[in-house]
Amino acid sequence: MTEVKDLGVLMQGNEACAAGALAAGAKFFAGYPITPSTEVAEILAAELPKVGGKFIQMEDEIAGMAAVIGASLAGLKSITATSGPGFSLKQENLGFAIMTEVPCVVLNVQRGGPSTGVPTAPAQGDVMQARWGTHGDHPIITLAPASVKETFEATVKAFNLSEKFRIPVILLMDEVIGHMRERVQLPRAEEIEVVERKKPDVGPESYYAYKDDETGVPPMANFGDGYRYHVTGLVHDETGFPSNNPERIKKFLDRLHNKLADNADEIIMVDETEMEDAEIVIFAYGSVGRSAKKAVKELRKKGIKAGLFRPITIWPFPVERLKQRLGGVKALVVPEMNMGQLVGEVERVAAGKVPVIPLNRYDGELITPAEIVAKVQEVL
Amino acid sequence: MFSQIEEYYRLEKLPHIWCPGCGHGIILGAMTRAIKELGYDQNKTVVVSGIGCSSRASGYLDFNTLHTTHGRALAFSTGIKMARPELKVFVVMGDGDCTAIGGNHFIHAARRNIDLTAIVFNNNIYGMTGGQYSPMTPQAKKATTAPYGTIERSFDLSQLAIASGATFVGRGTAYHAKLLTQLIAKGARNKGFSVVEAISQCPTSYGRKNKPGDPAEMIKLQKQQAVKVSAAARLTEEQMQGKFTIGVLHDTPAPEYTETYEQVIRRAQAKA
Ligand SMILES: Cc1ncc(C[n+]2csc(CCOP(=O)(O)OP(=O)(O)O)c2C)c(N)n1
Ligand code: SF4
Repeated sequence: MTEVKDLGVLMQGNEACAAGALAAGAKFFAGYPITPSTEVAEILAAELPKVGGKFIQMEDEIAGMAAVIGASLAGLKSITATSGPGFSLKQENLGFAIMTEVPCVVLNVQRGGPSTGVPTAPAQGDVMQARWGTHGDHPIITLAPASVKETFEATVKAFNLSEKFRIPVILLMDEVIGHMRERVQLPRAEEIEVVERKKPDVGPESYYAYKDDETGVPPMANFGDGYRYHVTGLVHDETGFPSNNPERIKKFLDRLHNKLADNADEIIMVDETEMEDAEIVIFAYGSVGRSAKKAVKELRKKGIKAGLFRPITIWPFPVERLKQRLGGVKALVVPEMNMGQLVGEVERVAAGKVPVIPLNRYDGELITPAEIVAKVQEVL
Repeated sequence: MFSQIEEYYRLEKLPHIWCPGCGHGIILGAMTRAIKELGYDQNKTVVVSGIGCSSRASGYLDFNTLHTTHGRALAFSTGIKMARPELKVFVVMGDGDCTAIGGNHFIHAARRNIDLTAIVFNNNIYGMTGGQYSPMTPQAKKATTAPYGTIERSFDLSQLAIASGATFVGRGTAYHAKLLTQLIAKGARNKGFSVVEAISQCPTSYGRKNKPGDPAEMIKLQKQQAVKVSAAARLTEEQMQGKFTIGVLHDTPAPEYTETYEQVIRRAQAKA
C-alpha cells in the first residue's frame, strides 16, 4: 500500500486514522471541521480523489453524518470525523444508521467538555455519549485505541466490523492519541484483512432487505444495483417497511442487538499485561492505557502484583472477559480522564465482590503513571 | 390514468395514509407521470424523503427509496449522488421539512448545484404533527401554535432557491397538475440542483384553522391565485397582490457539482 507509506513513518494518530481508512478501502468522507480531528478531513480531502474516492465538506455535522449514510447505501465505504460538539450533532443520524443497518465509521477525537469545552485538551468524557448518545435502545460498537499504530489497526478493524455487522462503528480517540507523533511501521497491504459487506445471493424478486439469513446480518444490496427496496428509520419488518406490530417490533430489535451479542468474541478486543497472577488490576483505555502500562511496570519492580486490563473495544463492554479475570483480584483501579464513566460498567461486573477504585482527572491533563502507582499503593 | 403509472407504485402499500382531499396524492401523481415521460430506469432512480405527510411518498414508490430524518433528505441525497452520479435522485420534502429544520441543507445543496431534483410539497403548514405553523405559513394565518395568527413573515421558497444558487426553479399547484408534471420533468433534465415548489392543500391541519378549509374550495383558490409567469409580466405589483406566479421561474445552467468533482479526481490523479 504505497499511499499509506507516503504519509510518513513518523505519524500522528489522526494521520494513522486517515491511512487506516484508506487501507480499509474507504472511498467517501463527509464532515465538518473541528479541533482536534480536522487533520483527518484534510488528509482525506487530498488522498481520496487519488484513489477515485470522494470528499465533501458539508454544512454541519448533521449533514456530514447523513451524507456518509447516503454514500454507504450507494456502495462506498464511508467515514466521518469529529469531536465533542460535532459528535453531539451526529447523534440523530447515527441512530438512523443503526436502525437502517448502514455501515459507516465515525471518528470522535475527544476534547474536554461539556459544550465547546477545552478544544485542545484530551478527555474521555464522551464514553457514555458514544454508548447512549442517540435515543432509544440500540447496539453500538466503539473502539478506543491507545497508540498511533493501534489507531491504524483499529480504523481498519472499525471498517471491517462495520461492514460485517452492518452497524456504525465509533472510533473514540482523544486529543493525545490524535495529535501524538510516533514512529510506526505500518503493515503492507497484503497483510491487512479487509472485509466487504455481504451482498444478496438471490435475485431482486426474492430479496427482502431486512430478512435474517440465520447470521443475524441480512445481506445488503447497494442502491442502483437492481434491488429496489425501502429504507426507513421507522421500525420495520424484514421487508423494510414500517410496522407497528408488537411481535415484529420485538423481533426486529432483538435481531439488531443479538447480531452483536452473538458475535462478542469477534468484536471484543482486550490487551492484557501481566494479568496472569495480578492481584491489583488497573482497568484503563485510550491514552490512559499507556500511563497504566508504565505504572504496571513500576509496580512490578516494587514487587506489587499489578496487571493491566485494557479494552480496545469499550462497547459492547467486555463483560465476560473481565469477569474471567476477577479470581484472586483484590482491587480494580480505574483511571479515567473524566469524572467516572466506564467505571460504572466495571462496578457492574465486579458486582460488589471486588472493590473498584476510581481515579479521575478532568482538568485537561493526562493521568500520569506516578498517579496510578500512588493510587495502587494507597489501596494496598 | 393511474394505469399508465401503476408500474411505479408499490401497489401492496396502497391505500396511502393521506386524508381525503389532501393535495399530496396529486403531486405524487405528477411526479410519477414526469418520471414516465423521462423514461428513467427504476433501478437507477432514487427517491429520498424527509419526515412529514409528504415524505411518506417514498414508501409508495417502486424505486430505490430512502425515508430519512426530518429535514435531512438533501444531505443524505448528496452522499448518494456523489457516490453514484449516474443515479437519478428525486428528493421529496414538506415545506416545514425543507425550509425550517432542513433550511441549511437546502441552501447548501442549491449553492453546490448538485444534480438533485427537489420537490417541495408546500401546504403552508406542519401537516403530520397536526397543524403547527411552518416558515411558509402566510403571515396572520392561524396554526395550533399561532392561535392569534402567525406574526412571522414567510419564506418565498423560489426566491430563496434562486438566491442560493439553484439552477432550475419552478412552481406549480395541485390544481395545475399537468404543469407540475412538466416542471418536474424539466427540473430532472436540468443538470444541477432543481427545485419544484408544488403548492398543496391540507384540509385537515391547515383547513381546520383557516378559511377556506374545504378541499374543493382550497384547490379553487390555487386556481384563482396562480398566475402564469408570462401573464404576471404584464401585471403591476398591485395587481399581483395575493397572487403567486406559476411556471418556470428560473432556468440558468451552471457547472454541476459531481461533474466538477470528477475533474478534481483527474487533477489529483494526474498529480499523484
Ligand atoms: C427532529 C424532529 N423534530 C420534529 C419531528 C416531528 N415532526 C414530524 S413531521 C413534522 C412536520 C412536517 O411538516 P411538513 O414538513 O410541512 O410536511 P407535511 O406533513 O405538512 O407534509 C414534524 C415537526 C421529527 N419527526 N423529527
Ligand atoms: S394532515 Fe394535511 S398534509 Fe397530512 S395527509 Fe392530512 S391533509 Fe394531507
